[in-house]
Amino acid sequence: MTVAPSASPGDHGDSAEVAARIERRWATLSVVIVVLLAAMAAFAGIHQATMPQARVETIDPATLHLGGEFVESNLGSALEPDGSVTVRAIGQQYSFAPQCMVVPADTPITFRATSPDVVHGFLIVGTNINTMLVPGYISSLPVRFDRPGEHPMPCQEYCGVGHEGMWAKVKVIDKAAFMTAIAGQRRLTCVD
Amino acid sequence: MLTSKRLILAHFWLAFAVFGLALLLGAWQMLVRSPLHGWLGNPEWYYRSLTAHGSVMGYVFPTLVAMGFGYAISESALAQPLVGRRWAWAGFGLIVAGAIMAMVPVALGHASVLYTFYPPLIGNPFYYIGVVLVVVGSWIWVALMSINLRIWKRANPDKPVPLAMFANVAGAYLWAWTAVGAALELLLQIIPAAVGLTSTIDAGLARVFFSWTLHAIVYFWLMPTYIAYYTIVPRAIGGKVYSDAMARIAFILFLVVAMPIGIHHSFMDPEVGAGFKFVHSAFTALVALPTLLTVFTICASVEIAGRLRGGRGLFGWIAALPWRNPIMLALAFSFLMLGFGGAGGLVNMSYQLDTTIHNTQWITGHFHLIFGGAIVIMYFAIAYDLWPHLTGRALASLRLMRLQLWLWFVGMIVTTFPWHWVGILGMPRRMAYFDYTDPALAADAFSVTLSAVGGFILVLSGILFLVVLLRGQTAPHADSGAYRFATAVHPPVRVPAALNGYALWVALMIGLTVTNYGYPILQLATRHGTAVPAVYVGGQR
Repeated sequence: MTVAPSASPGDHGDSAEVAARIERRWATLSVVIVVLLAAMAAFAGIHQATMPQARVETIDPATLHLGGEFVESNLGSALEPDGSVTVRAIGQQYSFAPQCMVVPADTPITFRATSPDVVHGFLIVGTNINTMLVPGYISSLPVRFDRPGEHPMPCQEYCGVGHEGMWAKVKVIDKAAFMTAIAGQRRLTCVD
Repeated sequence: MLTSKRLILAHFWLAFAVFGLALLLGAWQMLVRSPLHGWLGNPEWYYRSLTAHGSVMGYVFPTLVAMGFGYAISESALAQPLVGRRWAWAGFGLIVAGAIMAMVPVALGHASVLYTFYPPLIGNPFYYIGVVLVVVGSWIWVALMSINLRIWKRANPDKPVPLAMFANVAGAYLWAWTAVGAALELLLQIIPAAVGLTSTIDAGLARVFFSWTLHAIVYFWLMPTYIAYYTIVPRAIGGKVYSDAMARIAFILFLVVAMPIGIHHSFMDPEVGAGFKFVHSAFTALVALPTLLTVFTICASVEIAGRLRGGRGLFGWIAALPWRNPIMLALAFSFLMLGFGGAGGLVNMSYQLDTTIHNTQWITGHFHLIFGGAIVIMYFAIAYDLWPHLTGRALASLRLMRLQLWLWFVGMIVTTFPWHWVGILGMPRRMAYFDYTDPALAADAFSVTLSAVGGFILVLSGILFLVVLLRGQTAPHADSGAYRFATAVHPPVRVPAALNGYALWVALMIGLTVTNYGYPILQLATRHGTAVPAVYVGGQR
């Protein structure tokens, strides 16, 4: 003969039921919170296209300095036919190339960067422009600066004992001034 | 019925000794990179210290606490002497050997790669082999916890596994599986390069392997704290656990969803596509679930204590709580820090907001608040609660304990709040020094100084903690009775098999990890032309 739990010494009948009901309500609320969080991220990602880099692009880190888009003469800001600007950069122990980047305000800009040696970081202070540089891969991110200004650009990932010295600079200048400066030049950089 | 007291004490003492040393290193780091100190002549010293601080605080200290506490739980919750005590000592020995083997090259500056390894940077092989030994030592504990539970279950068929042991074994399985990611990275990629068998490394693959470990390891650190919430706090303050079943569900959820979410650490990485990043982001939201359930259950359990002590009204029970009891104080501080840290965590896991604070000082502030704050303050509480039963001597001064907990809480807030702030301003992590004369960084100087002061308060609290424990070793003998865990308001009479064992949940844990990690890993492993030569640090070649 088995004894039903409700007849055991720990007979709590009604109060146990009340406790369980309150608990179920809270659990339901918790699930709703979680679903809401995920749904918000999905909505902002799909509807407003705010999301981390979507495509994976590879590049051979051993030969990137010999040919292709990351050869030295191709680094810096380039004006595209559609009026947007592409900035190409390399992070390496313990500096960025170019060390000073110049971009126009209020213009669609694409940063394309990679690393030939170890993992580095790409962070433009005062903005939410932030990505990793992993050797073998191209980090590409579309951005836009609202107004002119100067931003420090530190490496934000430990890359060796010279890491603390790895800072570059991004100068955002007036759009008209940028167009004048880049006229007749293939690539534009600046001097810090 | 604690019979392996020496074993448990050895684990706790070693844990707190290395914690004390690593705490000093942490405070020194706070000092030298603040405006209170000139630039280090040799920045390598900073990274050397950072590697030691991270390796000890991440791999050695919490592992030893989980193991010591786990042995204590196994003996007292199951009321059976530990089976395999010799093996347990062997595991302890492996951790001692591994920790020494890892820390010697770090101290000599041959492995300044930080505890997150960062290949293709490669340090001295003994550093990595030492870390592996520590993990292997802890896997012995995992096996012993599993075996001890099995023996108890055979002797007690159909009885509910005591909650403390149920949670403890969940933590053990969680750790066994989460360590596999870093183990793969070490054994397949890093150690072969460190000993010279290979000369190139795919950094992208290594980062994904490490992310497998990097997030779930936090839940392993968290397990002893959550076990203390459920099974120590209600008993210590005179309350009852509101719900035994919900507690089990919370621990099961941790086991299942802690693992397949690690790629949220790689949102900004170019080697993983957006699809899997989103999957991991959504799963990360899921891991908030067990914490939300826990907050409810523990608050309800504490309310029971307040009302049993005569508290009335909507909030009157809060005033009726035993605030002079260090365990009550520790819980309140832990919850406050968990709340702040959890809110910050929601920002980190966000698919969109993460870009603002990724790899800034915000992140360092976040995990110090969660781990160093919410989790470690409960490690103190566990030690205070358990010590009299381990030493057979009473801990005399409750005042000293309260002061220590207050200092830790205040120190942690003073350290981490400015830390978060400079992160929002864009201050990067892990730098030996900063040029505060640069107008762009000058605004950070005050906050960084404040943070350093918080670090000194934490050192003071750490010293007090060790003083309390040391005094406990020499106090007069006193019988503190059997070590007990909190009981539920409605103690379980019979539990469904799913809430009494792990077969289903371990299968789900492995299955979800395979679905969420299998494809990214396979893709990275079969991709060619992305590997780079290893970069050896420490100049040993």
